[in-house]
Amino acid sequence: MKVAIASGKGGTGKTTLATNLAIMLSRAGEKVAYLDCDVEEPNGHIFLKPNIEKRETVYLPVPVVDQDKCISCRKCEEICQYNAIACMGKKTLVFQELCHACGGCYLVCPTNAISETDREVGVVEDGHAGPVGFAHGKLKIGEALSPPLVKAVKQRASDGFTVLDAPPGTSCPAVETIMDADLVLLVTEPTPFGLNDLKLAVDMARQVGSLFVVVVNRSDIGDDKTRKYCDQQRIEVLAEIPNDRRVAVCYSTGGLPIDGVPGYADYLLPIVERILGGAR
Amino acid sequence: MKELVVISGKGGTGKTSIVASFATIAQKKVLVDCDVDAADLHLVLAPRILSRNVFIGGRETRVLPGHCTACGKCEEICRFDAIRFDGPGNGIVPKTFRIDPLACEGCGVCAHFCAENAIESKPSQNGEWFVSETRHGPMVHARLYSAEENSGKLATLVRNEAKKLAEEKSLDLIIIDGAPGIGCPVIASVTGADFVLIVTEPTLSGKHDLERVFELTKYFGIKSAICVNKFDLNIEMTEAIDAFAKDNGAKVLGRIRYDSAVTKAQVMGASVVEYTSGAVANEIKALWRNVVYEMA
Ligand code: SF4
Ligand code: SF4
Repeated sequence: MKVAIASGKGGTGKTTLATNLAIMLSRAGEKVAYLDCDVEEPNGHIFLKPNIEKRETVYLPVPVVDQDKCISCRKCEEICQYNAIACMGKKTLVFQELCHACGGCYLVCPTNAISETDREVGVVEDGHAGPVGFAHGKLKIGEALSPPLVKAVKQRASDGFTVLDAPPGTSCPAVETIMDADLVLLVTEPTPFGLNDLKLAVDMARQVGSLFVVVVNRSDIGDDKTRKYCDQQRIEVLAEIPNDRRVAVCYSTGGLPIDGVPGYADYLLPIVERILGGAR
Repeated sequence: MKELVVISGKGGTGKTSIVASFATIAQKKVLVDCDVDAADLHLVLAPRILSRNVFIGGRETRVLPGHCTACGKCEEICRFDAIRFDGPGNGIVPKTFRIDPLACEGCGVCAHFCAENAIESKPSQNGEWFVSETRHGPMVHARLYSAEENSGKLATLVRNEAKKLAEEKSLDLIIIDGAPGIGCPVIASVTGADFVLIVTEPTLSGKHDLERVFELTKYFGIKSAICVNKFDLNIEMTEAIDAFAKDNGAKVLGRIRYDSAVTKAQVMGASVVEYTSGAVANEIKALWRNVVYEMA
């Protein structure tokens, strides 16, 4: 079973929830893998402190042009939707950082002037945090395309439970993460920003067709509009976790609040039960 | 004209609250929200929309089931695993191919190579962008439809429109609320900007994300500086961030305390400096003065 933890807004406590849930499921005797799909800013490792056992570089195929074979027909330029290849006089230039690796130019070139070479997009690291399987992706600095790396991280799913820590937002990398999850937890906080971004995340989850529930973090700050919105939209609020400075402090030093803050685990129990129940 | 971009690497560090305060303090500027897939600045600035425009960013590609002969060419060439073999039958074949719009990147390669011309690929509307008026001056902002691509393109478009507007109105500053992360929308928000302010928090995650986003600004050769928000949450971590800045030749332009007034201001639809004149507001004002000084 795959559970994705997502949120429109960043900093709502996604990673805290995801890492603590992974450990709780594991302590309940289940086989668990935690996959950090926030490849732009992966943080799960700070809390789980895994032993990294394997490191794999992920590449995308990008075109290179053999200028001797090129007849400047512009067919490659025409097919490219990303302005990543252009004929300038007698030369055809590739702008690697714009290329989405669709392969169109390579297929369309009438003279086979185009071949493909690898561009590094990042690395995936694999390991274990105690019994919990761990993997995360690290996007190369300056690289714009994160979905291919998210895909590579997702291949590390376990045949037991997989906790997917999604990147914030509602565009491609978040969609890629939640796409085939069996349950999506949308984490929010009851503030105007939190609610606005929750609505966007709900739109995304509905569009993807995911089964989703809401978890309200720092539930006693802000106002009651988030609760009202969920009631009105008939969205289940599975858990509400009150604000606690001790959790914030524990987080700041990379601790797990289920171990560092007495009583914290109780708030997550309804989620653990739902996940375990969902698998049966 | 100067472009100031406020980014954070990590989400939830208080970037937008700081931008809203800057909007209140700064004179003669255009405000921009480049966090197009989770825009929040409008919640504080309550813009009155003057013009609403469609954003055509990608392509919508679909198989016309009536023409598909199920040859499988599209499935073979698609690099994004977007082709599914579960479309309706059509009298020629019992099953046709279908494109999963969520997996499709809109490259249109399948449409080009389909021997039956059974794939249609046309420009699609992925969002909207607006020019607005707020109590603190003009604002350009956008909304990317959810589950859409091309957030980078939209961020670039919004920035270009803001530049035009600033020229028209002879305003010499553009303040941009950037996106979290280090990927496509962030790169689009910062490339070519004059100055980047990175808002971080004193947590291991905050510091880790700061390091990556700082490296990004260096990679693109953009001048950047740091602000530590909620600095009193963990003084040791705040000092560790100071040390990181020092080692890397970056400046820490301000420390802002944790104050529940920040959330209260948000609930009231006000910026922090509008809502309170307490210490937290003074710290934001001091930060602003330092930013102006550094940018000049
Ligand atoms: S592979 Fe696709 S995106 Fe890259 S240059 Fe060729 S046509 Fe453009
Ligand atoms: S399609 Fe091939 S021959 Fe034509 S311009 Fe491009 S690289 Fe040159």
